[in-house]
Amino acid sequence: MNNVFVYCEIEGTQVQEVSQELLTKGRKLANTLGVQLEAVAAGSGITGKVESQILPYGVDKLHIFDAEGLAPYTSKPHTAVLVNLFKQEKPQICLMGADVVGRDLGPRVSSALHSGLTADCTSLEIGPHEDKKNGKTYENLLYQIRPAFGGNIVATIVNPENRPQMATVRSGVMKAEVLDPNYKGEVIIEDVAKFVPEAEYVTKVLDRHVEAAKNNLKGAPIIVAGGYGMGSKEGFDQLYELAKVLHAEVGASRAAVDAGFADHDLQIGQTGVTVRPKVYIACGISGAIQHVAGMKESGIIISINNDENAPINTIADYVINGTVEEVVPKLIKYYKQNSK
Amino acid sequence: MKLNIIVLAKQVPDTRNVGPDAMTPEGTVNRSALPAIFNPEDLNALEQALRLKDQFPGTTVTVITMGPGRAAEVIREAMYRGADGGYLLTDRAFAGADTLATSYALATAIKHVCPNVDLIIGGRQAIDGDTAQVGPQVAEKLGLNQITYVEEIISIDHSPLTIDHCTTSEGRARNGQWSMVNGQSIIVKRHIDGGVETVESPLPCVLTVNGSAAPCRPRNVKRVMKYKRCLAPMELPQGTGFGDLPYAAEYEKKPYLKLGQLSCADVNADLQQCGLAGSPTKVKNVENIVFKAKESKVLTGSDEDVNGLIKELLNERLIG
Repeated sequence: MNNVFVYCEIEGTQVQEVSQELLTKGRKLANTLGVQLEAVAAGSGITGKVESQILPYGVDKLHIFDAEGLAPYTSKPHTAVLVNLFKQEKPQICLMGADVVGRDLGPRVSSALHSGLTADCTSLEIGPHEDKKNGKTYENLLYQIRPAFGGNIVATIVNPENRPQMATVRSGVMKAEVLDPNYKGEVIIEDVAKFVPEAEYVTKVLDRHVEAAKNNLKGAPIIVAGGYGMGSKEGFDQLYELAKVLHAEVGASRAAVDAGFADHDLQIGQTGVTVRPKVYIACGISGAIQHVAGMKESGIIISINNDENAPINTIADYVINGTVEEVVPKLIKYYKQNSK
Repeated sequence: MKLNIIVLAKQVPDTRNVGPDAMTPEGTVNRSALPAIFNPEDLNALEQALRLKDQFPGTTVTVITMGPGRAAEVIREAMYRGADGGYLLTDRAFAGADTLATSYALATAIKHVCPNVDLIIGGRQAIDGDTAQVGPQVAEKLGLNQITYVEEIISIDHSPLTIDHCTTSEGRARNGQWSMVNGQSIIVKRHIDGGVETVESPLPCVLTVNGSAAPCRPRNVKRVMKYKRCLAPMELPQGTGFGDLPYAAEYEKKPYLKLGQLSCADVNADLQQCGLAGSPTKVKNVENIVFKAKESKVLTGSDEDVNGLIKELLNERLIG
């Protein structure tokens, strides 16, 4: 009862990284609260395959739901798993990844349980809350912290009365760390039929293509990122050229993605990927909070911008006042010259 | 085949073009400095609905939007582009709603307006919150299936899937009206992480559409002429009626110029589940984030400066 739960997303028999990141965070939250960490894994043919990918993060209890209809993921059966499990176990906190699955599942579960859900949190903390209207004080609430309003402000959200307190978090925001490779957690193989009525299996997946990620933004030591200031899709070509020379990956700000200059999976920021490269070269990126939230922990930040007041310049280690068209070819030229 | 389609649309502040005056010195949002627009992905949703209307004549596309009087602009805009009509869901009791209370109000309105709805379509998310929660939450409240991140509707037909019982996730049968499934199903293409999926679901169901789906068709001039005087009662100056308007006779002759408007009481909504009272999430505080400024080295784009930077990075083994 009152434990911290993490819904583990599984592709085939592979537990997704974002889930392991959340297990790590969940362990810390559980320690602060003095409760246990529990994990939920639902899929098909996963028993015996996922335990070693979950328990080492400090999971005290793992609930496995293994049935044919649970993979690939569809909304209603997974909702039924969580809703009925939560009615039984009454968790105080539930975390899930803010990717397509988590953002499909989280709201559905919160709607069924009438519990609050905060999407795309960038930070989670435990703390007290005083409700000035009803004069009540709450201890140990989950602070769900996220940029809001297009990334112009940061809001702290709490769910004082309803449980579980639910939050989704993007991939890369938290760091995955194995607590103990031999951590002794209990594994419970649940009877799926007790949780998921036959009538819930309504979506038929006719066809499915999943490709391994085309880029390796999360793990890249050097990232060249372009913003709206790149001007066009063609403008990004020179970034690819620079990235090739530096053995870097190309990323983009949300404004550039929205404008169609770059693919969605290149988006860095609160609603994209969070990255921590050694070197981050921001080209024509103004630096909205929602972008900065996803790259501020980079080692060295270089900003190339013709607006010397661009907000990103305040967090940059090097500011180059100039246009991307002018500076990027020079970076390529002098890198080639000096690296020989 | 005729379909009853509800499109959920929201009027949002245009957070994509935020100027320096968008925030007040106290750190709250200065809404008056931001233009109000049709939430972009809701336009993609509208287009999917209008395509079905093109394909199946006799289909009705009805917009529901929740907001203050000025949000009726969204209904007019949708009508200019091809929607049949719409409802403004407006009441002080809805104020301060989080996504859950919003979805409760919308679900209640849908039951009231269109108990035999076939399809509910909305944008994946609104740009002022980016939560993507309302679509799935409405679906759950209505006990309907959902397909999110939709890229394209491939087909709708009478056929393969037949279920005669719609249930909620609690496994409890819903009240009769949602059980009338007529054996129709929909096939859609959707985005998933790292790929695409083609899925089939029985109707009725809820779809949320991505911004990368087909853009919405433009306004139709004839429709603009026909519907430009459409008004919701909430938009009239306080204490006046349609009879007090300069073109009062027109509103008599053409009832379609009066847009539907629904209050909390009209849809029999439970006050405890509406607005602030019905919102489990509370905003504890809001701050303007000031990032810790670093001491930056400021360079120009000159050959000398760029060359120097590259040498420095190479020396520190940061690159190369």
